[in-house]
Amino acid sequence: MYTFSSKLKTFSFALIIIGLLGVAYGFLSTPSSVEDVKVMLQESHNNHGEVVTTHQSDENAVVESHDVAHSDDAHAEHIFHLLKNKPWSALYVALFFFFMLSLATLAFYAIQHAAQAGWSVVLFRVMEAITAYLPVGGILLFVFFVLSSMHFNHLFVWMDPEVVAHDELIQNKSGYLNVPFFLIRAAIYIVGWTLYRQNARKLTLAQDEASDISNYTKLFKRSAAFLVFFLVTESMMSWDWIMSLDPHWFSTLFGWYVFASMIVSAITTIALVSIYLKGKGYLEFVNDSHLHDLAKFMFGFSIFWTYLWFSQFMLIWYADMPEEVTYFVSRFNEYKIPFLGMLALNFVFPLLVLMNSDYKRVPWFIVTTGIVILIGHYVDIFVMIMPATVGDQWFFGIPEISSILLILGIFIYVVFTALSKAPLLAKGNPFIKESEHFHY
Amino acid sequence: MSNKVIQAMYNDDDVLMDAVKQVRTANHHIEEVYTPFPVHGLDKAMGLKGTRIAITAFLYGCVGFSFAIWMMNYMMIENWPQDIGGKPSFSFFLNMPSFVPIMFELTVFFAAHLMVITFYMRSKLWPFKEAENPDPRTTDDMFVMEVAVEGNENELVSFLEKTGTVEIKVTEKH
Repeated sequence: MYTFSSKLKTFSFALIIIGLLGVAYGFLSTPSSVEDVKVMLQESHNNHGEVVTTHQSDENAVVESHDVAHSDDAHAEHIFHLLKNKPWSALYVALFFFFMLSLATLAFYAIQHAAQAGWSVVLFRVMEAITAYLPVGGILLFVFFVLSSMHFNHLFVWMDPEVVAHDELIQNKSGYLNVPFFLIRAAIYIVGWTLYRQNARKLTLAQDEASDISNYTKLFKRSAAFLVFFLVTESMMSWDWIMSLDPHWFSTLFGWYVFASMIVSAITTIALVSIYLKGKGYLEFVNDSHLHDLAKFMFGFSIFWTYLWFSQFMLIWYADMPEEVTYFVSRFNEYKIPFLGMLALNFVFPLLVLMNSDYKRVPWFIVTTGIVILIGHYVDIFVMIMPATVGDQWFFGIPEISSILLILGIFIYVVFTALSKAPLLAKGNPFIKESEHFHY
Repeated sequence: MSNKVIQAMYNDDDVLMDAVKQVRTANHHIEEVYTPFPVHGLDKAMGLKGTRIAITAFLYGCVGFSFAIWMMNYMMIENWPQDIGGKPSFSFFLNMPSFVPIMFELTVFFAAHLMVITFYMRSKLWPFKEAENPDPRTTDDMFVMEVAVEGNENELVSFLEKTGTVEIKVTEKH
């Protein structure tokens, strides 16, 4: 049995409190009106001095003066909305990131059951604990969506009736993109995933005490059924929760792409939690071959993610169709460092470090790469969401960092509480002996 | 130095593994082991060094990658930078995404083929190569362990007989 160390508990509370303070600061420091933004823009113009004056005189030469004044107003209002969105988007990226860790862990867990994998049984309790965040994160996300649909923020532009009224493209999509249907879909996904998670947990705990394997057989069938449900809902979830932030843009492999990002981060999280617990002496039955397998999955799925990233990017870059390519133009122009940096973090680094079979057995190698991969996939989500909501006003500052800390604190608290609730070895599983002696 | 070897024949891979371990602990030199299929753990039991073929494959991959970059850069950017459908051929990086499929394939091509050729060369395999099989049954259901004869031949034979062998042959080394 694992006992949740008081040190870690205090640490998670500290993260939550610091995060809450930072998030509150983020919300308080947004400009309160368009006038504030105008003053702010004026100040930054004055600071830039000469560059701006030449720029303005150019503009005057082509546009009449009252048009300039009008476009300045529209510009300030645009910036105002972007800045208002900043703390919300920061929170949304963090909420989605940690939710996807636990969601893809659940998918990985279901795959292990459906595939009757022999090696991973000793890690099932770790995976179950990580998925314990799923209901919590699901509720947080759902509350966030309800707040968005009540116009507390302006992340999903298609939720704004005024925008839709002037936008024929969104009007044509309103059969799918409308608030009630969106919330119903979100509820179906979250409830469906949570149901499987709670059911699986119940069945494995029951299997520990059982004298036959009827629970195991049930879980096998339910995992297979869940995977079908998951594949459909995950794809739709990525359209709803991420792609609809850019309602003019669409991509067919987007669902897969989000899934690749999810699964590699989830496997990394499983590896990190396992290494932490093993370091504390709670998982003596986990050997370096199990870590080697996890690291292989991290390596393989990192490359899978890159493959999908590149397939999406290159097809759009190559054809260069205006309605598709704006997505990457705004990301490439305004987000160059995160956009290209994540390729180094998510592809080049894991590729070179995790290629060697010996390195994949060394815990600190896996931890280092794992942290890099997790940062890289946070950046990935950041680059998916931020350009649509805050545009060129992005900055990785207090609201972003404290949102991560806040949700990380909740995540750690929930996961390690769940770990302390059940023995760390799923001893009823028929493959447990094979898994304990797993050697590669 | 005598040129004699003893060929001890076994009909089970578990027995063979035990025999290899016994012979190694008794400090006799195993020349070679012939098996009809890969026996898991045999290389470790014999104390063979790990293969370095993966390292060569990585290096060959680097060669293929560099070759692809050089080739595409020379042909598409330096030698004749034509405007083909509006692709930006001003520099390699501006047009890089369209080269990636070729860069990838050439990396894999070089890594795979040169590694296979390395394997053939190092294990001395080629067409019309004369088979080095000591007994035709070793490709079917028998395992042969060849032990070099150093010192007392009879002692070694009786030692090997106790390791579960089904047949023992003393021959000149080929």
